[in-house]
Amino acid sequence: MADQEITLMKGNEAIAHAAIRCGCDGYFGYPITPQSEVLETLAAEKPWETTGMVVLQAESEVSSINMVYGGASTGKKVMTSSSSPGISLMQEGISYMAGAELPALIVDVMRGGPGLGTIQPSQSDYFQACKGGGHGDYHLIVLAPASVQEMADFVDLAFTLAFRYRNPAMILADGAIGQMMEKVVLPPFKPRRTEEEIIKECPWATTGRVGGRKPNIITSLELRSEEMEVINLRIQAKYREIEEKEVRFEEFMLDDADYAIVAFGSAARIAKKSIEIARSQGIKVGLLRPITLWPFPTKEVQKLAERVKGILSLEINAGQMVEDIRLAVEGKVPVRHFGRLGGIIPDPDEVVDALKRSF
Amino acid sequence: MTREEIIEKGQVVYHKPTLLNDTPMHYCPGCSHGVVHKLVSEVIEEMEMTEKTIAISPVGCAVFAYKYIDVDWQEAAHGRAPALASATKRLWPDRLVFTYQGDGDLACIGTAETIHALNRAENITIIFINNAIYGMTGGQMAPTTLLGMKTATCPYGREVSLHGYPLKVTEIAATLDGTCYVTRQAVHTVAAINRAKKAIRKAFEYSMQGKGSNLVEIVSTCNSGWKMSPEKANKWMEENMFEFYHLGDLKDAGADK
Repeated sequence: MADQEITLMKGNEAIAHAAIRCGCDGYFGYPITPQSEVLETLAAEKPWETTGMVVLQAESEVSSINMVYGGASTGKKVMTSSSSPGISLMQEGISYMAGAELPALIVDVMRGGPGLGTIQPSQSDYFQACKGGGHGDYHLIVLAPASVQEMADFVDLAFTLAFRYRNPAMILADGAIGQMMEKVVLPPFKPRRTEEEIIKECPWATTGRVGGRKPNIITSLELRSEEMEVINLRIQAKYREIEEKEVRFEEFMLDDADYAIVAFGSAARIAKKSIEIARSQGIKVGLLRPITLWPFPTKEVQKLAERVKGILSLEINAGQMVEDIRLAVEGKVPVRHFGRLGGIIPDPDEVVDALKRSF
Repeated sequence: MTREEIIEKGQVVYHKPTLLNDTPMHYCPGCSHGVVHKLVSEVIEEMEMTEKTIAISPVGCAVFAYKYIDVDWQEAAHGRAPALASATKRLWPDRLVFTYQGDGDLACIGTAETIHALNRAENITIIFINNAIYGMTGGQMAPTTLLGMKTATCPYGREVSLHGYPLKVTEIAATLDGTCYVTRQAVHTVAAINRAKKAIRKAFEYSMQGKGSNLVEIVSTCNSGWKMSPEKANKWMEENMFEFYHLGDLKDAGADK
């Protein structure tokens, strides 16, 4: 059972291996710290000689996302990865893909900003990942891994969701998850789809007019306002369906909790340690970890507001997800934020102090 | 005599390529786009590549190229068509993949994508319509606008001190190791149209033979943007554009690759 082997690797490396194993057809990327290991690992693995996966280093993030746009337009399973400033550059292409309703995977291994910022971990891309990021009314499906194992597992999940809804999906990790080494069981090998399978599964794709079918057009352009509104309404209906069906989250020690921490990714790992410390001091606190940041677990937060005295949003940023928590809570209980900035990861003890200060 | 009767009698000496559909074009009367669309359609048909063609349209006047030529199209963001084409060709190597771009799209906002796709020797063809102006947005200065030429954003004429020099992207492309065939053509006379068609055919064939990237520039008119009648625009193009943008093959490495 070679596939079940436990290996030790970085989160970024796990993304690369998982991509090869889940039948990804193409990766297009540009180096940027702290995610360059994704492209480096793929280049070293040479999947073009084994699975036939295309790997290409582009001239910029602008180009990589547009390579993904082109590849996704043909029904192939394509992806890119980058870090915060690079994701900013990709926003145009991401908006086009959301508008043209194309499935693809974008991995963002976040670093601190704004601007060139720092190369240290951060979660300050929550807004640009979950609130559209580019122009127009759209959402990405956003998955937030909290371990190297989830980095590996979410690649296939993200592709599945992206193709199910014809919408780009994002894995929103941070520099810590990307760089840390952990035990991981890589997913089993899944063959790439054949061209015949792609043509059958993606009748909308621009594969050439195989069999003399009518031309397929991939575009986000429609100059007639009435038509453009219809397209927007259809896309919005799709988002409502995703919100209904695809919310994912983890609960930890919430059963008897007086207070709740809401945290994702690296912050959720710190929260678990903080909860242990707080409980040893008699403070009953638990964790709600959103796994999908969009769709956000709004209903779960609402339920939480019915039974706890206060909610602390722990984020490695200046307070972004806290806005969605407050929208869900509707003022029923106090909602506070704690976070560190500039690439500093909060210490579990300072989280406990923040908890005590907040409520 | 009706159209059908003429066809029945076998008297057809010329017909519109079937790939070019009957949708009324939005292009201005006298615009070169219509002719180039026809040539591209004819070449795809003659190469029997209809079922294997994936085309990429730009942002600019040709943004709606997908409405007129009945092949599969991807509509790219402004300047990004060569990136889409690069991935598409690598993922579907037996497909005929080409982009169709104007000078603002290719030589300005998409310069990086253009140069790098060409130099990676992507087995694609770029059809480059150079009319020295931004047509779709109403006639603003392009990177290829000639010195002295008046546009909406250089109303007193392009000046070096204010706007720098016009860019000869095709000359740059010819210096790149990744390119196989680089040529500059026009479609203002029957002879020029015939030469342009041969150039497109050669570029498409090289791309299918895996010989690298190909760039076919078509020096074109924009009578609306230039504010000239079609006839005058053609004459002005001959007298001014061809002086700066010399017609002919700049590179043909097909035999060596």
